[in-house]
Amino acid sequence: MPTSPTEAEPEYDLAVIGAGPAGLAGAVTAEELGLSVCLLDSSPQPGGQFYRHPAPALRAARPEALHHDWPAFAALRDRLAAGTVRVRAAHHVWTVERLAGPDGEGRWRLHALAGADGGRPVRIRARALLLATGAAERQLPFPGWTLPGVVSAGGAQAMLKSGLVLPGRRVVVAGSGPLLLAVAATLVEAGAHVPLLVEASGYLDYARHPGVLAAAPGKLLEGAAHAAALLAHRVRPLTRHAITRVHGTSEGSGAEVRVNAVTVSALDRDWRPLPGSERRVACDAVAVGHGLVPHLDLATGLGCAVRTTPDGASALVLDAGQQTSVPGVWSAGETGGVGGARLARIEGELAALAIVSRLRGRPRATAARARRLARARRRLRAFAEAMAAVHAPGPGWSHWLEDTTEVCRCEEVTAGCVRAAVDGLGARDTRSVKLLTRAGMGWCQGRVCGGAVARLTGSPPGPDRRPLATPVTLAALAATPPDRPAPDPTAEPASDARTGPTAPTTDQPSADTGPTRSDTHRGDLP
Amino acid sequence: MRRRRRTPVERVLARPGPPFEITFDGRPLTALPGQSIAAVLWNAGVLAWRTTRVAGRPRGAFCGIGQCFDCLATVNGRPNQRACLLPAAPGDAVTTQKGDGRADLAD
Ligand SMILES: Cc1cc2nc3c(=O)[nH]c(=O)nc-3n(C[C@H](O)[C@H](O)[C@H](O)COP(=O)(O)OP(=O)(O)OC[C@H]3O[C@@H](n4cnc5c(N)ncnc54)[C@H](O)[C@@H]3O)c2cc1C
Ligand code: FES
Repeated sequence: MPTSPTEAEPEYDLAVIGAGPAGLAGAVTAEELGLSVCLLDSSPQPGGQFYRHPAPALRAARPEALHHDWPAFAALRDRLAAGTVRVRAAHHVWTVERLAGPDGEGRWRLHALAGADGGRPVRIRARALLLATGAAERQLPFPGWTLPGVVSAGGAQAMLKSGLVLPGRRVVVAGSGPLLLAVAATLVEAGAHVPLLVEASGYLDYARHPGVLAAAPGKLLEGAAHAAALLAHRVRPLTRHAITRVHGTSEGSGAEVRVNAVTVSALDRDWRPLPGSERRVACDAVAVGHGLVPHLDLATGLGCAVRTTPDGASALVLDAGQQTSVPGVWSAGETGGVGGARLARIEGELAALAIVSRLRGRPRATAARARRLARARRRLRAFAEAMAAVHAPGPGWSHWLEDTTEVCRCEEVTAGCVRAAVDGLGARDTRSVKLLTRAGMGWCQGRVCGGAVARLTGSPPGPDRRPLATPVTLAALAATPPDRPAPDPTAEPASDARTGPTAPTTDQPSADTGPTRSDTHRGDLP
Repeated sequence: MRRRRRTPVERVLARPGPPFEITFDGRPLTALPGQSIAAVLWNAGVLAWRTTRVAGRPRGAFCGIGQCFDCLATVNGRPNQRACLLPAAPGDAVTTQKGDGRADLAD
């Protein structure tokens, strides 16, 4: 129910970007308190990362079998269905601009690409904006990580939850962070054998934050539930270790290409591998990830201030009501620092209360609710910071790289090349390394390698800065109405013509890259 | 005695519509309605369906959520399709993509 609908550009009180736990909670809370709300997500189904579930055509009667905490999602989904939130699935928001409203009050205009082929431009206006864009996985390269069968931990999880498939039968789960426990538990519940869970940090390090643990007992229970599932399936967690080599066949194609083992090494406190500690473990797939980092393209594009988290990532600076440094823009969930689904729900609800009170005055009988939520948030945020500190990548990780290890998967740039740019040519930041080596210039625009390249150059990984939150095709830009200036690629200091929207070259994904099936609702990027 | 482990499809009690066929480099593979091309390939034990532009190394799905572009495949003659996002449809012909996939078009 837009407040002043026009055919071309409906206006809502609130636009929520991201339909994960944070965005869902924010949208239903705001709508129940009387706001008109539009909820956009690039995925064809609401749920975000945590509540990813099988495509409807798979007709799963018990999707919860592969989920922990499904009832919380079911409750949000039911509230969504009962209300008037306008849900726009398969809408990827690629930029947001600020307009001067008729009443002198600012307005946000969202530009999205909609539909199966991501080619239909859509514009929406809103008085308030809630960014709930979640997180992306952090990847640290290691020898052999580009061999097919080595997949991201979240990716293995996502393929399983949405497509009901496994990458192999014996899957080693490796990297760092609590997501690995969840992924290993889901894999064994789905019938895979997980011979080993390799964690680079030590879980005992949590003991250095006893106050935080005592204050967030729910988090301990969550961990204990995963641990119990893992114990029941005899999964051994091996802490202070990392995969330092992947063995397999990379010849041929199709079914001949496989992983057959990994070498695992012990690490010192700085994550430097200890020579002589290697052991070989047979497996046919690897699921790997080194924690999560907030997904901030849209937020940094709007100029929202960021802080550095204890694990060296960038997260949004937020006030007590979840507002960013930009008035009128709120944020909830992983964007404020990675803290899990429960914290995301709490923050979404808190943000909605703050937005309602800004637009309508404080609703009656919500003060106690806000206080209760704020208390829970404080506890869980403290836990999140402790978690980030425990799993912060140690500076010695780069010692497991060989010169031939590919760092940038898209452009096939090796660690040796990056080192030569840093040591030999004096590159001191990601931008120089990128210009010298092409690392981060490929299809994924540095989404996968950016953090690792920054760490190798010795500069702390900065927040996401891409001119656009998604590769936008020329056709879509051409279809953008003329009163909208094309986004300014120079706003992105580390940008280059190839990553800009206007210069797709032959080896860039151009208009023909995305899912282009018009008879389905799947697919989210152009 | 060891019980047979249940498959993911069994775990969630999925009762999808009738399976259908797609091909990968000419070989028939069984797909379930709702699965992405990458899911169908994984299910058949195929993990690689592209070779890289520079070193010609095999690649398949990595991130599983449309972010990394590692899973590019040629589908029905069209190169650079993200297999992890594209839903499989009956009769789809998936072929190993070499490099940027343009050479495949030339011959
Ligand atoms: C790959 C992956 C797997 C994970 N698996 C688990 C798990 O199994 N268990 C667990 O406890 N935690 C998991 N997490 C952690 C997870 O991030 C949180 O638990 C929880 O989902 C956070 O909620 P959120 O609402 O902040 O973000 P998310 O759930 O990540 O939701 C963000 C949503 O925003 C959408 N979005 C982002 N940018 C745009 C845009 N520009 N336009 C439109 N939509 C956009 C995304 O499509 C997504 O649906 C996972 C994280 C990742 C990255
Ligand atoms: S697997 Fe990463 S984009 Fe498909």
